Amino acid sequence: MRALVSITLSGLVAGPAFAADMKMSVEIPRLAVAEYHRPYVAIWLEKPDQSFVGNLAVWYDYKLKDNEGTKWLKDLRQWWRRSGRELTMPVDGLTSATRAPGEHQVAVDLGKAPLSGLAAGEYQIVVEAAREVGGRELLRIPFQWPPKAEQTLKTPGKDELGAVTLSLKP
Amino acid sequence: MKTTRTFLKWTALALSVAIPLSAAQAHRSWMLPSATILSGDDVWVTIDAAVSNDLFYFEHFPMRLANIGTPPEASGGRGGRPAELTIVAPDGSRAEPKNGNIGRYRSTFDVHLTQKGTYKIAATNDGIFASWKEGAETKRWRGTMAAFAKEVPADAQGLQATQMDSRLEVFVTSGKPTRDALKLTGAGLELDPVTHPNDLVAGSPATFRLVLDGKPAANLKVTVIPGGNRYRDKLGDMTLNTDADGKFTVTWPNAGMYWMEASVRDGSSSAPNVKQRRANYVATFEVLAP
Repeated sequence: MRALVSITLSGLVAGPAFAADMKMSVEIPRLAVAEYHRPYVAIWLEKPDQSFVGNLAVWYDYKLKDNEGTKWLKDLRQWWRRSGRELTMPVDGLTSATRAPGEHQVAVDLGKAPLSGLAAGEYQIVVEAAREVGGRELLRIPFQWPPKAEQTLKTPGKDELGAVTLSLKP
Repeated sequence: MKTTRTFLKWTALALSVAIPLSAAQAHRSWMLPSATILSGDDVWVTIDAAVSNDLFYFEHFPMRLANIGTPPEASGGRGGRPAELTIVAPDGSRAEPKNGNIGRYRSTFDVHLTQKGTYKIAATNDGIFASWKEGAETKRWRGTMAAFAKEVPADAQGLQATQMDSRLEVFVTSGKPTRDALKLTGAGLELDPVTHPNDLVAGSPATFRLVLDGKPAANLKVTVIPGGNRYRDKLGDMTLNTDADGKFTVTWPNAGMYWMEASVRDGSSSAPNVKQRRANYVATFEVLAP
């Protein structure tokens, strides 16, 4: 069940006041390491002052017995402080399995919080990745909402993340 | 002679637990949790407790804790009273330590965090140290407040007695930080955190308040030392002062474990016939990278 559908509902859902569109992809790099585990990844929306707005996705080992995969969620330490510790995992529509190396579409549902009814202004998408017996990396992409012009914003990762791409359409 | 030496050694150790230490002095008492911020459903922490020079390396003596095992002879089966361990759960109830052991260099125990929220784990020691003259001989004594009244003659010649009140704390949180366990007892020197002790980030200022018998501990010197000094030349200690309200602010230079210590000497002993009091507070904090 690795296939992910990029859900861009802006044309279908009447919810948002503006019919903007957002697509996002995150690349998990292939690493030549002795012991590899797929990273835990959290993706959320924040204001420029880094105050938390809402979660977009959390990828973790949610199928381990006794919910054991939640033990390492705190390693996504910035997400844990901003949001994770407030949640009871798993969360429907938010949590899903870890991803293999490769490029993955992130399901962005414009008809749901935090994007539904999101006030116009400056925001940033944050992607945080933490890998068991590996490292941690955090990337931010600032953007304007709603977008004024069609644009693709791309940030390259260094170690634990590959490119993160955000495509916006007015 | 051997007895005297043993006694002195144990006095020194007990003093190191009970008495304020300046950053320049050796022997620091500490507790070190395996983690302070935890997620998941079946959450445990292991706490090490020791008296050592370097932070946080167990290389001198285990901290003696009541009800968590028997110290081996070499690490001091004799000597002063073990500290009382109190584990306050998020709902304010008491939790019990598990799998306790006292080894040659460290004591260790586990805490099963069955509730979500913040736990306060405190090792406290409240006793009296006394000395007096019997002819040419100096008698030394230490023990509880109750024993002091019974065992130390009230008319002892040249009686010097000091109440030693020490408190060592660590804080661990499963899930979201909470504040019920942070409530103060109102006795001795205590920390009243303004910034939550499990919400500390390098580069961000954290504010705490020290209180003595529940009242602001004003103009007090607070020493903060980053762990890991075994592998650096400089101690890296910071000295802060509490304001009139007992408050002080620390800006952590780096992520890591930090040891904090403050102490007061005053004449507010709660024991009859004892004028002097020394109250000491020590805590270990974990500071995360942003």
